[in-house]
Amino acid sequence: MANLKPSEKKTKAQSMGLHTEVLTGKTQQKFFNPDEAENFYYFGTHDVDFNKRTEIDVKEMDCKEANRKIDELMSEGYGTIVVKNPQGKHSLGVGILNKLNLIFEGSLGYFGCGSMDGPIVRINGRVGWSCAENMMAGKVVIEKNAGSCFGAAIRGGDLICKGSVGARTGIDQKGGTIIVGGDAGAFTGFMMQRGRIIILGDVGINLGDSMYDGTIFIGGKIGSYGSDAIEAELTDSDIGWLKRKLKVAEIGDNFDVSKMTKVVAGKKLWNYDALEPTEKKGAI
Amino acid sequence: MCGIAGLIHRGKSSNVGTELQQMLQALKHRGPDSTGYALYAENDGQNFIMRFKVGENVGEGSTSVNEDASVYDQRKKVVDRMLVDLGAEIVKEDKLTPYSFRYEMKYEKDLMEFSKKIESIESVEILSIGKSLELIKDLGDAKVVSDRYELDKVHGTHAIGHARMATESGVDIKSAHPFWGYPFSDVSVVHNGQLTNYWNNRRALENKGMRFMSECDSELIAVYLAEKMRNGATLEEGMRDSLTGLDGVFTYFVATKDSLGMAKDTMAAKPLVLYESDELVAMGSEEIAIRSILPQEIDTYDPFDGEVKVWQI
Repeated sequence: MANLKPSEKKTKAQSMGLHTEVLTGKTQQKFFNPDEAENFYYFGTHDVDFNKRTEIDVKEMDCKEANRKIDELMSEGYGTIVVKNPQGKHSLGVGILNKLNLIFEGSLGYFGCGSMDGPIVRINGRVGWSCAENMMAGKVVIEKNAGSCFGAAIRGGDLICKGSVGARTGIDQKGGTIIVGGDAGAFTGFMMQRGRIIILGDVGINLGDSMYDGTIFIGGKIGSYGSDAIEAELTDSDIGWLKRKLKVAEIGDNFDVSKMTKVVAGKKLWNYDALEPTEKKGAI
Repeated sequence: MCGIAGLIHRGKSSNVGTELQQMLQALKHRGPDSTGYALYAENDGQNFIMRFKVGENVGEGSTSVNEDASVYDQRKKVVDRMLVDLGAEIVKEDKLTPYSFRYEMKYEKDLMEFSKKIESIESVEILSIGKSLELIKDLGDAKVVSDRYELDKVHGTHAIGHARMATESGVDIKSAHPFWGYPFSDVSVVHNGQLTNYWNNRRALENKGMRFMSECDSELIAVYLAEKMRNGATLEEGMRDSLTGLDGVFTYFVATKDSLGMAKDTMAAKPLVLYESDELVAMGSEEIAIRSILPQEIDTYDPFDGEVKVWQI
């Protein structure tokens, strides 16, 4: 909990009578100690067997029914679930917090696979806006195109679109990697904070606008740079990492990563690096 | 929020009334206040179709002032007299609701002067004039409006429509989409978004003689494009100009007698999903609108920021 102690020096706010105390130290309560993992229960998770496979047809279900059905199957131990006929429905496959092989035979609407932590998802179609928003860990592969706000605020994992994506890809990204085989729209990497974005094709205007940190790699043309985004030198380490990442993602065969443009934040926020070492590790 | 949908069949006719109803009903959650259709029907092309209203639908949650239905009949008689004075010959007339009418008529003179005269009658608004355009809008969802006006019988080549969530103006027919591209026959517009330089543009356009019937910011797009075309621009030129002339966030569709167009603002802040093939173009605010008429697996995509596209029938 935050330490509270009486104020000795009055701030402007205190002189206005707004409060009488100052905050010191860390303000976040520490909830989890890795040494006590055996006592930790991740609510809403299931132990599943990847070899236990099943299929469901969600054509006649709404998104709540479909998500409940997926949860029910996981609770029965199914580790590989094939979802047929998603037909552009919104919010399918959200909030899955355990390992799972999830395959969608078709396209998803908005917020597909949001807030998940661990599954490996393959979507044999297109996805709408905000795919995998707030993803913590796992991998999502989209075979066709994706809408805007692709990977909004993800904190970890790999998000791969083999087609093109809309505007604001990686908005507010805090970690993880976004890989796009085609083009991306305007404001790619908008307010990005950590993590990496790889776009093999062209990007629209205002690339990396207001980015705090993180790295963007572009293979094609750049419409324009946004405020605070600048070009940086592509190092051998970058090239090695890009080759490995594309290979693992099974995308961009024979793509010459050495000709990519590297984009980083050109403005250092005054206290942005004032993180605890453990927090830095989790964020990168 | 609002939802928009549109489709164009290339080289053939289809039951566009039913198709658009299915697309808009799938978008009902984006806008439950009113629904509008601009259907480009298989008419013989000899006469003008004029759809107009003489009052509002004061039931179903309307924000309009309640009026006695008897005033509607009085206004309709004034319209009929005015049409005779203007030299229009009514070939056929249909009373669709107590407040809305569809006339087929012969008329050879200037549509702008014609419209000004008709709309000088209290509470009378021309919803559309065209040789193939049938513009219908009313309170209720897509199914309710379609059933009320029997739109499932309409066959044609293309159509655009709108499911409205009222945010900038009242819940009434005059603020509902589509908007007619006054004074051009067969031009209609639907819009999803907000325009932030509405009043500046409106004042400038009114000074040039253009007319506004509502305080809905979306009407500006129709008037803006109409004014550009009045000065010789093509539809596509007008649409490209609108990307800088209109400030705010928008995705809009425009339809004319033989074409359908879409434009997306440079921020790409409003959604649009597009399916394109040699036979059919279908688009909507969400993929489920397209899936409602094309349930099989298809390739769709989001047009990029600042994109303008126009398709011919």
